[in-house]
Amino acid sequence: MSSVVEHFPVLVVVVSLLSAITIFVAGWINRKTACYISIATLLGQFIASLFILHHVMTIGSIHYRLGGWVPPWGIEYVMDALNGYVLVVLLFLGLVCAIYSKRNIEHELPQKVVSFYTIYQLLITGLCGIIVTGDIFNMYVFIEITCLSAYALIASRGKIALKASFTYLVLGSIGACFFLLGIGFLYSVTGSLNIHDLSLLLPPLYGNRVVLAAFVFFIVGLSIKMAFFPLHTWLPDAHAFAPSEISAMLSGIIIEVSTYAFIRVAFSVFTVNFIKLLPVFEIISWVAAIAIVVGSILAITQSNLKRMLAYSSVANMGYIMLAVGLSTSATRYPWSGLTPASMHILNHALMKGCLFLVAGAFIYKGNLWEIKDFQGLGRKMPYTCAAFVIAAISMIGVPPSVGFASKLYIILASLEAKQFVFVGVLLLSSLLNLVYFWRVIETMYMKVEEGTEHIHTSRAPRDEIPLSMLIPVWILSSLCIVMGILWLTKIPIPILNRVNVLFGLVGGP
Amino acid sequence: MMIGFYGIIAKDNLIKKIIGLNIFQTAIFLYFISLGAVKSGTAPIVDEAIIRKGYVYANPLPHVLILTAIVVSVATTAVALSLVIRMHQEYGTIEESEIIEKLSDERMPRT
Repeated sequence: MSSVVEHFPVLVVVVSLLSAITIFVAGWINRKTACYISIATLLGQFIASLFILHHVMTIGSIHYRLGGWVPPWGIEYVMDALNGYVLVVLLFLGLVCAIYSKRNIEHELPQKVVSFYTIYQLLITGLCGIIVTGDIFNMYVFIEITCLSAYALIASRGKIALKASFTYLVLGSIGACFFLLGIGFLYSVTGSLNIHDLSLLLPPLYGNRVVLAAFVFFIVGLSIKMAFFPLHTWLPDAHAFAPSEISAMLSGIIIEVSTYAFIRVAFSVFTVNFIKLLPVFEIISWVAAIAIVVGSILAITQSNLKRMLAYSSVANMGYIMLAVGLSTSATRYPWSGLTPASMHILNHALMKGCLFLVAGAFIYKGNLWEIKDFQGLGRKMPYTCAAFVIAAISMIGVPPSVGFASKLYIILASLEAKQFVFVGVLLLSSLLNLVYFWRVIETMYMKVEEGTEHIHTSRAPRDEIPLSMLIPVWILSSLCIVMGILWLTKIPIPILNRVNVLFGLVGGP
Repeated sequence: MMIGFYGIIAKDNLIKKIIGLNIFQTAIFLYFISLGAVKSGTAPIVDEAIIRKGYVYANPLPHVLILTAIVVSVATTAVALSLVIRMHQEYGTIEESEIIEKLSDERMPRT
């Protein structure tokens, strides 16, 4: 079995790519097949990713040489603890969103079902590629595949989404160009593109200005891609006007995978020793703290639910980057190194995925975008609204939810780093989260009487979304609690601690 | 590269923005190609006769990378142009400021 698993990294990418073509061809013959092919592929990929993670945990990293060329000349796919973990998170959310979109896409974009699933599968291909690759130029190409499919998916709704998509395209291309320029600088001093090879060639050159410039270009380029404050301006419109499952994917995983790319570049290419030479992680932590506060305040000012959630994503990217920024100074188990950051990648995917899918459910049922229109929804769609409440209290950070777990770990890490300001920022942001989520919950459950002329009153009969949309929502919201309890019992922490050992952030296990 | 950057930021016309983006990308491609240049190097084609004469080759790897990057940039441009076409159908203009004006007139359009 283990020899088969060693081929899974490349299969995950290739199968997804082939499935995109299959969907396109099969969709010509019968439109209904598109959705099932996509779900089947994603299910297969998800199972493969579980095998990969198991293999990485029990036996060790997988190195797959494409075409048998020996690195550093050939392209290499490397699976280790970090990307094995992120791959599982990605494919899980991808699968859940694909199941959800079956009914939703038929409703939102009835003419474009086949092209939607084709591009969706290309998006998954690109994301998987970013994660599995061990070659930095290959990573650039996959980042562009991901973003191009994302632009197309956002624009698929037409009207205002076109403008949002265009802004994202221009900014995203500039970000990718900066990334490419960083690769060029590194190539000019080392002559290599393989990530592992670069990490061996770079240490003698750490003082070199070209290497510093390359690092800055990587940071800026990827910050645009992951919507890190203050380069987040493309995000709110793009997230708000995309189809709902794409909003969930954008917010839950696409910007997270860009963060993964950042962690990979910072820790695998440049290594911890380089980072400790510069005050760059302190700067990142401070900017992240500002991002958390500003993102939360801007979220309060929004009247559109999806825009509010989008600004909340800006704040959550702040959490992840704050945790990354603290990773070099926090060393004590279990909140050592990158553990809080990688933990919040999963947690944010669950919470924000669930919230955007619920927002999509409101649009599906009543074309409701504005928070003030949600009166009486608590009675009309009780299960959907209950899922929203669970995900919302996770965002606020009520124990034992996932949001509580990641906030607790980030606070413990900042206490160890003696950065008490960050503790204050995290507590303040919990309060701000409470303000903007409570407003929604209050409208849904309590403001029934005021809207008597409104069509959505308590007299309206119960009108739930279809089961194929409700189940994904409930899977995500129940995992918000289950994973939260698991994090607090520290059962999955050893997986994440392997990441720290890998990057030399803590000693051996 | 800076000319392209200026184009992206300063121009109001969306097509001009795309041209700016292309100039920006091409500048980076040229930088890569210049990395591959070797003084008095010839085209990197392995031939016994050329090696015997003592010629050196230009580094072919940046060329290969840039071929890939050019494909990416063509795809980006294609998507951008198709977005502009759709926007023109929707709003009847390709000036960014006019589109923003029309959007603020409509208030929250429900797509």
